[in-house]
Amino acid sequence: MTTYTSLGLDSRKMAFWAFIGSECLLFGSLISTYLVYKGRSVVGPYPHEILNIPFTSVSTFDLLMSSLMMVLALAAVQRGDMKWGKIWLLCTALLGLVFLGGQVLEFTEFVHKGLTLQTNLFGCTFFVLTGTHGAHVTVGVLWLLTLWVRGLQGKLTRQHAMTVEITGLYWHFVDVVWIVIFTVVYLIQ
Amino acid sequence: MNEQSHPTAGVYLRVAAVLVILTVLEVGVFYVPAFRPVLVPVLLVLSAAKFALVVMFYMHLKTDSRVFTFLFGAPLLLAAVVMVALLFLLLGALTLRGAAGAG
Repeated sequence: MTTYTSLGLDSRKMAFWAFIGSECLLFGSLISTYLVYKGRSVVGPYPHEILNIPFTSVSTFDLLMSSLMMVLALAAVQRGDMKWGKIWLLCTALLGLVFLGGQVLEFTEFVHKGLTLQTNLFGCTFFVLTGTHGAHVTVGVLWLLTLWVRGLQGKLTRQHAMTVEITGLYWHFVDVVWIVIFTVVYLIQ
Repeated sequence: MNEQSHPTAGVYLRVAAVLVILTVLEVGVFYVPAFRPVLVPVLLVLSAAKFALVVMFYMHLKTDSRVFTFLFGAPLLLAAVVMVALLFLLLGALTLRGAAGAG
């Protein structure tokens, strides 16, 4: 049942925006920690030796495209086109999985090159920041796949457009966090 | 505008195209040595533009209620202030400690 606040706004959407606000503080603190300890590692590997910009650029493109798929899914569900709604939801989830696969590859490569959580300040702050983001992407993918399965069962209809919109808000937030991480961690070395 | 009036698929596609162009510019600027002196401000501006586009069009803050903008913007501003304060406090402390160690 949909409930509205005294301002006439959907209460779930309002609560979710408040949650996203709290997430801003979480990621703000993690990015701050990364920046404070940036360039203070006394042993390698150092960022410029290990970060793979072309590979991460593809991951960034992948996540941006997943955001496009998400808004197309929402637009389809809002106009009652459940067939395309399900297709776009699945595409969003798959692109999220591709991003996660890339992150697993990147982490594995870094560990093989000697960078772990305990190696130096860069390793510690890098893995905590990007790992927390990756955990958020994982939650997002599970959420999207749950919606897709509900769609297959016929339990996702035009009346559930707000549910898809809230899922989208979470997914786009994960995307904007990555936009910041890509610039701050990867490009500004 | 009420919270239900969202952009069309055409707008979403145009925003995606701009996001891709901005990402290509970011990566391009990173590899061009001529941009080295202004790399950080240019990257920050490009990143902020991408951030704003996603938040305004994909998260619908451009057309949704201003209450949502406040719920997102206020903590974002607080996070930015905390970030700058932490950088000043801790970088200053670490630099002083380093100088004392060297001295």
